Amino acid sequence: MSTTTVENSAATEKGPAATPPRRTRRRGENSLGTSLASHGILIVASLIAFFPVAWLVFLSLGPDKDDYLHPGGIWGKTTFDNYTFVLQNTKFFDWLTSTLIVTLGTTAIGVIISATTGYAVSRMRFPGYRKFMWVLLVTQMFPVAVLMVPMYQIMSDLQLIDSYLGLILVNCTTIVPYCAWLMKGYFDTIPFEIDEAGRVDGLTPFGTFARLILPLAKPGLAVAAFYSFLTAFAEVAFASTFMLSDTKYTFAVGLQTFVSEHDAQRNLMAATAVLIAIPVSAFFYLVQKNLVTGLTAGGTKG
Amino acid sequence: MTVAIDRATGKRHGDRAPRPGLGQRLKHGYRKHWYAYAMITPVVVVLGVLVLYPLAYGFYLTLTDANSLNTARTIGVNEIEATYKFIGLDNYADILWGPTAYDRFWSHFIWTIVWTALCVGLHYTIGLGLALLLNQKLRGRTLYRLILVLPWAVPTFVTVFGWRFMLADGGIINSALETLHLPTPLWLEDTFWQRFAAIMVNTWCGVPFMMVSLLGGLQSIDSSLYEASEMDGANAWQRFRYVTLPGLRSVSSTVILLGIIWTFNQFAIIFLLFGDTAPDAQILVTWAYYLGFGQQPRDFAQSAAYGILLLAILIVFTSFYRRWLNRNDQQLAI
Repeated sequence: MSTTTVENSAATEKGPAATPPRRTRRRGENSLGTSLASHGILIVASLIAFFPVAWLVFLSLGPDKDDYLHPGGIWGKTTFDNYTFVLQNTKFFDWLTSTLIVTLGTTAIGVIISATTGYAVSRMRFPGYRKFMWVLLVTQMFPVAVLMVPMYQIMSDLQLIDSYLGLILVNCTTIVPYCAWLMKGYFDTIPFEIDEAGRVDGLTPFGTFARLILPLAKPGLAVAAFYSFLTAFAEVAFASTFMLSDTKYTFAVGLQTFVSEHDAQRNLMAATAVLIAIPVSAFFYLVQKNLVTGLTAGGTKG
Repeated sequence: MTVAIDRATGKRHGDRAPRPGLGQRLKHGYRKHWYAYAMITPVVVVLGVLVLYPLAYGFYLTLTDANSLNTARTIGVNEIEATYKFIGLDNYADILWGPTAYDRFWSHFIWTIVWTALCVGLHYTIGLGLALLLNQKLRGRTLYRLILVLPWAVPTFVTVFGWRFMLADGGIINSALETLHLPTPLWLEDTFWQRFAAIMVNTWCGVPFMMVSLLGGLQSIDSSLYEASEMDGANAWQRFRYVTLPGLRSVSSTVILLGIIWTFNQFAIIFLLFGDTAPDAQILVTWAYYLGFGQQPRDFAQSAAYGILLLAILIVFTSFYRRWLNRNDQQLAI
């Protein structure tokens, strides 16, 4: 599988280059050979991108946990039993609740706390500005292993292990500086004349921010919220360590419980995975355009 | 793990913000800037409490021999006091030079470097190739784009399990290989193939981000440049080499930096793909996690020390990268 991918990339670069230029061709129009090659490569790449997800959906339709070994047999006995079983007999809705609490909590705190900071670092130069930006930047790239141990100790002392608040706070360590950066990027695109006009009309800096800039910055706030949501949703390491009781698992932890050393309920796991993936991916595609625009200021992937 | 990078560096608005000379600025001091400080207070407080304090505490732990047997804990109704003691820099010395340091640290270190380099290289080349293809006038371009973004749209912790089913012994990949009479490696058990599988899955997950960002970069290149170069008789390769690549420089430097940081920090893929079963395929991040939480007794001190070392590596790397960019007259990135 991966060898094809490698070949693709090689072929890709040769693709456009290898075609002889034709005299009457206008820019942007391709010769037949080039477009056939392009389509071929894109189709293969799309299949590679699509297959693992499709495979998961397909396996979720097979009733037995070992059906993944005999995929051909699934055609004869496709059923939605796995889905009804997951929805009725597992902790799916508990996990949904805790995932929503944790992700929405993180998003809300992240966006609310960092909005003023994003504005301040976008508009004002104050002593310590560069150091502050450096701290924001470095904090975002903390590997999980840096804060894991001390956070675990501190949270144990505070009795916050296995509580939503604890996980929200831990998620905020990366989300807050990240949102501040993102929003700085957005505030930078709002003309400074607006601030000046507000100042001339006698608004304080806070008034300018709250009454003029914030309403204009709604799209930027939304992008920051999307990013926070998707990142917090996909967080694995902290959630796996800090949530102990199985009713408080987020999806990222709950999904792992189907495969233990003793038993692997792969069919149920696949069904749960599909149930999780559908709304999140739909959400991703809905906000995709905004995310891509926001990429000029950075990017994310959990 | 998220990183945002500022691409509109100071300049443009630096001129406009009211900015008196240095001496005057210091004189006015806090009276003048108090509102800026008031506005950043929430984040400063949050970072101080949630990042700096734990970081300091974590650093202190690395100077002790704390593990899950001697830290303060509650068993039933009994509260047990912490009994770990201060041992100075011994943990670092032990990790870097101690007996079997190669197996414990350096082998993972080398593998982490290889992993990062290979993954980012593959992400970038494949992403660039697909972006170039999608940047043509092509029927069904939007559809291709939607499908190709799929690995990014579906959360990683979901797709990794899809891969696990596919790579399992007797799973679809090995069945397919067997039908083709090719060798069927034990993807999830043999060290080399574990590493191979990890890189494969991470490449699959990471290409869409590169593709989308580079496609954005390609679309922002002025098409008159291509026209001009074509007038001058540049062939397709020369157009790629002398127009496309320079036009992508700023986007590239940013996404490569992001890619390196993310791949270096990548936790979910290796953790979920192998669990605790693959000690040799663990990169430093997952290995540090294993030391602190995946084994009994949990070795908190060493795990925290790995964390500090990781952070040091990242900071050193980022500052070098930044300096290198500055030397090449690229003030973007961070």
